[in-house]
Amino acid sequence: MSLWVDKHRPRSLDELHYHEGLSARLRALAASGDFPHMLFYGPSGGGKKTRIECTLLELFGKGVEKLKIDQRVFMTPSRRKLDVNIVQSNYHIEITPSEVGTYDRVVIQEILKEIAQTQQVDLSAKQRFKVVVIHEADSLTRDAQAALRRTMEKYMSNMRIILCSNSTSKLIAPIRSRCLLMRVAAPDADEMQTVLDYVARREGFAIPEDTAREIVADANGNLRKALLVLEALKMQNTDLESSALTIAKPDWETYCYKVADMIVQEQTPARIMEVRAKLYELLTHCIPASVVIKTIADGVVEKVDESLKADIMHWAAIYEARMRIGNKKIFHLEAWVVKVMSLYKHFFYGIDMDGFDDC
Amino acid sequence: MSFFQPHVAKASQKHTLGPEHQPWVEKYRPKTIDDVSAQEHTVAVLRKTLTSTNLPHMLFYGPPGTGKTSTILALSRQLFGPDNFRSRVLELNASDERGISIVREKIKNFARQTPRAQAVASDGKTYPCPPYKIVILDEADSMTQDAQAALRRIMENYARITRFCLVCNYVTRIIEPLASRCSKFRFKPLDPSSTSSRLSQIAVAERIPVTDEVISALISTSQGDLRRSITYLQSASRLSMSTSPPSDITPSDIQEIAGVVPDAVIQDFAAALGIDVLSDAAMDVDDTAKPKVKGFDGVRKKVREIIREGYSASQIISQLHDVIIEHPILNARQKSRCALAFAEVDKALCDGADEELWILEAGLRVHKAVS
Ligand SMILES: Nc1ncnc2c1ncn2[C@@H]1O[C@H](COP(=O)(O)OP(=O)(O)O)[C@@H](O)[C@H]1O
Ligand SMILES: [Mg+2]
Repeated sequence: MSLWVDKHRPRSLDELHYHEGLSARLRALAASGDFPHMLFYGPSGGGKKTRIECTLLELFGKGVEKLKIDQRVFMTPSRRKLDVNIVQSNYHIEITPSEVGTYDRVVIQEILKEIAQTQQVDLSAKQRFKVVVIHEADSLTRDAQAALRRTMEKYMSNMRIILCSNSTSKLIAPIRSRCLLMRVAAPDADEMQTVLDYVARREGFAIPEDTAREIVADANGNLRKALLVLEALKMQNTDLESSALTIAKPDWETYCYKVADMIVQEQTPARIMEVRAKLYELLTHCIPASVVIKTIADGVVEKVDESLKADIMHWAAIYEARMRIGNKKIFHLEAWVVKVMSLYKHFFYGIDMDGFDDC
Repeated sequence: MSFFQPHVAKASQKHTLGPEHQPWVEKYRPKTIDDVSAQEHTVAVLRKTLTSTNLPHMLFYGPPGTGKTSTILALSRQLFGPDNFRSRVLELNASDERGISIVREKIKNFARQTPRAQAVASDGKTYPCPPYKIVILDEADSMTQDAQAALRRIMENYARITRFCLVCNYVTRIIEPLASRCSKFRFKPLDPSSTSSRLSQIAVAERIPVTDEVISALISTSQGDLRRSITYLQSASRLSMSTSPPSDITPSDIQEIAGVVPDAVIQDFAAALGIDVLSDAAMDVDDTAKPKVKGFDGVRKKVREIIREGYSASQIISQLHDVIIEHPILNARQKSRCALAFAEVDKALCDGADEELWILEAGLRVHKAVS
């Protein structure tokens, strides 16, 4: 049985609950025969992917939901073979570049050329172009982006590209300027509550007002998270009265807050070693290092004096950035922990910090 | 055989876009060099080549959307006319092809066919049709140094019958031996009045009502890149036509399309950082009924709101930068501190660092600098 998030996912533009204006625009663009390349961007869990699927349905009709998965082999310039799974229908194809790593340029170029050179054979097709959806477009390499840039102009007659990403910052300007930008903001509290109520009704129950509000506050704009939490709560506790409920944090989050406590309680070399073990634990469970540093930092600033907060976040930002360029995430996480401990100690005991300040 | 012909014709017809669905940047590409806006000097020099039979190798450089590709295409068309264009002009995207060997092969094949020219073209006009061919190498600055060196040899080998036109954004990325063989033409970003008149012409031709405010929004969001401003205008018109009845295009439509963060949002952010906001845009959002959270928590709350709205971090930073640098009351020392912070944030974002952490960093540094 599928999860509620999937089971009650809107299939068409009409079923989408919020951002009515955006849906209306998409509907009109799909009908106009003048459909541009598009870039959907916004925070995760805000409904970009769902909105794209609804748009595809509007463009092509039911046929677009008949998906098949193809195993394809691509050849890199150095003659290595790449096996890639590709999801497609008769009308569109989906690519997630992070699945093919640094060779995304090869895969994208091949696929786009192929699509551009084959015409839509299905005479009953509603559009004469096919759509290429590129998920997580912000992880496209520069190389792949440069290759896209030309293809987007050249093959406009039988192909449209829909890019989906969290932010536009990592896309090169020529790509941004070739797309119609569609910003999908996270739903606000009322909008999220409407969706929760809707799903609950479809499942045959009602959510007490307080509970809904708590779930919404906890999800911070991420509708997927809110729905997952709702389903989990309902499983544990059928009447959902908020006094009896606590929204369980994910294990890794609780773990991160524990690490934050450890840092604030004691600042010694021994404690650093303990923290280090915990950090390793988090990383080996595939929690992204930047999520780890952000969550721990959030935990630490809850517990320290106002005058220290900005500094702690400053160093979190610095070490998070270094982590991206460097090789070993753990080094930078650990360096940040040491930094925070020394800031904290300095604050309490006025220890002379020369030599620590300007690293 | 004849039975099949209409069929074939139909299939190939399908391939071209009807003019109503053509991107406006293509539809309104200058047809002649005199139609190119704002590049008077370049056009004046090139006009002379239309009457003489000689043409140097050329290097066009300048920022995107300033007319480089359009100019060389228009010049070629005027030299050879519609019939000979295909046999006389080879357009290559330097970085598109897999390597210099393919480029060499293409040029070799192209140079081998002997040029053939009628005096009067099918459109009834006569064209100079000088006895050489033109090779256009677009985006030449994305070629490797080695490829450029190889290109230099190719240029020499075929010098008798071909002229090269290299097109690029950064002239410094073209190796000296190649650059020194070419006449160089610099393309400037389009000035506001040229942009404005070009956009107005298009608006008239497309019969869309466009106000002066919309034009100035287009000018400020595209910064001298005409391709961008034309694309934005077309997107805006698509959206305005899509409602029934069609609505008017507004400056804020243009900003949304261009990914610009609304002024009110930026002003609101600035206010949370402790900057006195003087414009009236802030009044709309700031209902004084809400008690404001101050200090660290206030800044962080605002940053989270911004992230939830999905705005791009680099856009936020660049607009906040403008507000601060142009601020009438902040002093030079405060502005300098902010400038330092912005530089670091920009670098981090380019390296792919976390957007929330770095918008927060910018916010906290500015907050500290101004209080
Ligand atoms: N100077 C100009 N005069 C008129 N139109 C221009 C000019 N510069 C750019 N354009 C418009 O912008 C589009 C892109 O210009 P293009 O020549 O391809 O720019 P680039 O300098 O990047 O090669 C053209 O199709 C044309 O519509
Ligand atoms: Mg060009």
